[in-house]
Amino acid sequence: MELTRREFLKMAGFASAGVVVAASAGSLLAGCSPVAKSADGSLKGKQLAMLIVPSRCEEGCDECIRACHLNHNVPNLANKKHEIKWIWQTEFQHAFPEYMENELLKERMEGVPFLVLCNHCANPPCVRACPTKATFKREDGAVMMDYHRCIGCRFCVAACPYGARSFNFEDPRNGLDKSKINPNFPTRTKGVVEKCNFCTELNLYGGDLPYCVQACIKKKGSQEASALVFGDLADEHSVIHTALEHLQKEEKLIPLRRKEIAGTQPKVYYLV
Amino acid sequence: MIDKALRGSKKYWLWLGFLATLFAVGAGFYVDQLWHGLGITGMSRDVSWGFYLANFTFFVGVAASGVMLVLPYYLHNQKEFGKITILGEFLAVVACGMCITFVTVDLGRPDRLANLFLHPSPNSILFFDIIVLSGYLLINIVVGWAVLDAEYKGEKPRRWTKPLILLSIPWAASIHTVTAFIYAGLAGRPFWLTAIMAPRFLATAFAAGPALLIIICLILRKYTDFDPGKVAIKKLSTIVTYATIVGFFFLLCEFFTAFYSGAPEHTATLKYLLFAEGGTGLQPYMWAVLFMTVAAIALLVYPKTRYRYDTLAFACFLVFFSIWIDKGLLLVIPGFIPNPLHEFTQYWPTAKELVITFGVWGLGFLVLSLLYKIAISVKLEVGDREIEH
Amino acid sequence: MYDKGKIVIGVILFLALFTIPFWYSQATGEADRKLDLKPPPNGATQCVESAGYMRAKHMDLLNDWRNQVVRGEDRTYVSKLTGETFDKSLTDTCLEQCHTNKSQFCDECHSYLGVKPSCWDCHNIVEEE
Repeated sequence: MELTRREFLKMAGFASAGVVVAASAGSLLAGCSPVAKSADGSLKGKQLAMLIVPSRCEEGCDECIRACHLNHNVPNLANKKHEIKWIWQTEFQHAFPEYMENELLKERMEGVPFLVLCNHCANPPCVRACPTKATFKREDGAVMMDYHRCIGCRFCVAACPYGARSFNFEDPRNGLDKSKINPNFPTRTKGVVEKCNFCTELNLYGGDLPYCVQACIKKKGSQEASALVFGDLADEHSVIHTALEHLQKEEKLIPLRRKEIAGTQPKVYYLV
Repeated sequence: MIDKALRGSKKYWLWLGFLATLFAVGAGFYVDQLWHGLGITGMSRDVSWGFYLANFTFFVGVAASGVMLVLPYYLHNQKEFGKITILGEFLAVVACGMCITFVTVDLGRPDRLANLFLHPSPNSILFFDIIVLSGYLLINIVVGWAVLDAEYKGEKPRRWTKPLILLSIPWAASIHTVTAFIYAGLAGRPFWLTAIMAPRFLATAFAAGPALLIIICLILRKYTDFDPGKVAIKKLSTIVTYATIVGFFFLLCEFFTAFYSGAPEHTATLKYLLFAEGGTGLQPYMWAVLFMTVAAIALLVYPKTRYRYDTLAFACFLVFFSIWIDKGLLLVIPGFIPNPLHEFTQYWPTAKELVITFGVWGLGFLVLSLLYKIAISVKLEVGDREIEH
Repeated sequence: MYDKGKIVIGVILFLALFTIPFWYSQATGEADRKLDLKPPPNGATQCVESAGYMRAKHMDLLNDWRNQVVRGEDRTYVSKLTGETFDKSLTDTCLEQCHTNKSQFCDECHSYLGVKPSCWDCHNIVEEE
């Protein structure tokens, strides 16, 4: 029987649809989970976390922010609507808007600087929202960004209950001083989302600490005096446990987390 | 049948030319956006979804409304709808196409669109949204074309069209439910975290879509020889009336939950919209929507104004316009105001953003005009013969 | 034939445009350009794989490395040719150890072929002179 034009087009249509479905199904079966696995067990950590002690922050100090933004080539753009920030300082009632109506607490926290950043949640809504798995949770708890895969849909920005994510509305190199770019870390392009990465590009399992923590230790003189502590909560020998013990037992501080009601299990604890 | 779109009056070609120009100018500014980034829009770090996705959300509703013609005709044998089901199906096709275009225009890296298919992520609602939108588009264009073609040839539509048409009915509900789930599943955005989001979306869709269809039918009746029929328009206006009332009721339910409970998380955004607490940007639009909806309901409930075509057209325009503002500006953008740190950042689309948006509208209505020209030409040629289905 | 004149002109125009890839570079003199690849300044002659393999597949290799490193897998690459292990890093392995003259090697071939890898939109390298 002769093949008509119409029948040929029908076959071609079904064939290409079949290819797309098969390819997607294949990728789907191959890599479903948003948690990345390490093949050779090179990631030793299980639950990376950070402690912030706001009472230890000095007035007017922004060493941690500058260390982070400088080393990660975070731009300083003229148009504040396009601002990119990985870690920044705010007041208590903005870091914890759920306590906004508590006058006594607000009074108590008056003038105390609160650092906010990505909480690297154990149950991250941004990872769940991402349609390409460009943001994914690593085995050791760090919530990562794959800038090569991000399509810039900003669903993760909408999903984040902490406002921790920034979208590149313009070329970030517009806001970077060419002489100060860190050659060891890439800049990003316009059209992708970025956020704090817990300095996973450093050798965190070989003694390196995130830049913000390093800057604070340098400013305050020692790890014990630092306002920022970083470590693996699952490792009982980690410095984060020593710090937690001291801060809770001796300084009588309690570990608060932002927006508990969202169920995200954030891993940044505020000792207040 | 495509040749039917290539023959028309001077007015027809002028209309197409206008739409094509709108599209071309929008496309030009889109190139500007590709070059400079989404910074040319009014979006900001805090309000990261804007006018593009507002229009996307609204047009998903318009797409879903095609079912309001299909359901009565195919499931309940309401023969009067037979003449205009094709209009609903083609409108659904164009609306879905516009949705997909708006999402693409909103992407920061549209060159990486393939990543959505190379790395499917069923954990993400966007993944399902793409599937249901494309599916609905395909179902409607295939079925609509097949049925129209059969009518043109004076035959019964092929047997396989029936199950597909029946499938399109729950599918229509699904496209808007999934789109509502994009917003309603985010614990970090209390303005959106409400169970009534999907029902609200569906109700307003079934009001705005048929309202647009009524306006289109009246325009076609005026400028062409095609008469959709008094009964069909009357039934459609009944649907618009009920849907508008239900949609408004759902909005009032939202007001109640927020203001009676007084829970700050829920009242903050509504206080911004209604009482300009935190900024005046959107307050005029919120009140305009409330007044327009009440006015529309008054016109629609009262039979005399619902029957007269001029007051009906005005009521439908009020419904369409108020829902466009409500679902778009007053739902998507306020989700970000205040931001998770309870800071208020205003948003207003820039001129370039508007031009690009109207470019997408131009493209959509261009394709719609072409499809409608074909449908109407066929129907006029074939006459009023009742086709079995 | 109707409109013979217009059709003939149209056909000639079409053929001219269609064959542009063949005659444009001859016309502008680009075709005379010679490829001048400079080998690594440190005298190394053996890459992570053979020259033929690298010429054909270095893009796929680098893409694989990128996906594996960014998404958390093993950072060690075992050469199929020599069995030697390398760190999966363009900057630290390729550019730092051997091809320190990126503009005379990588860029030279890329610009000759009209290829523009987008890596450098983000990744910054400081080239040694």
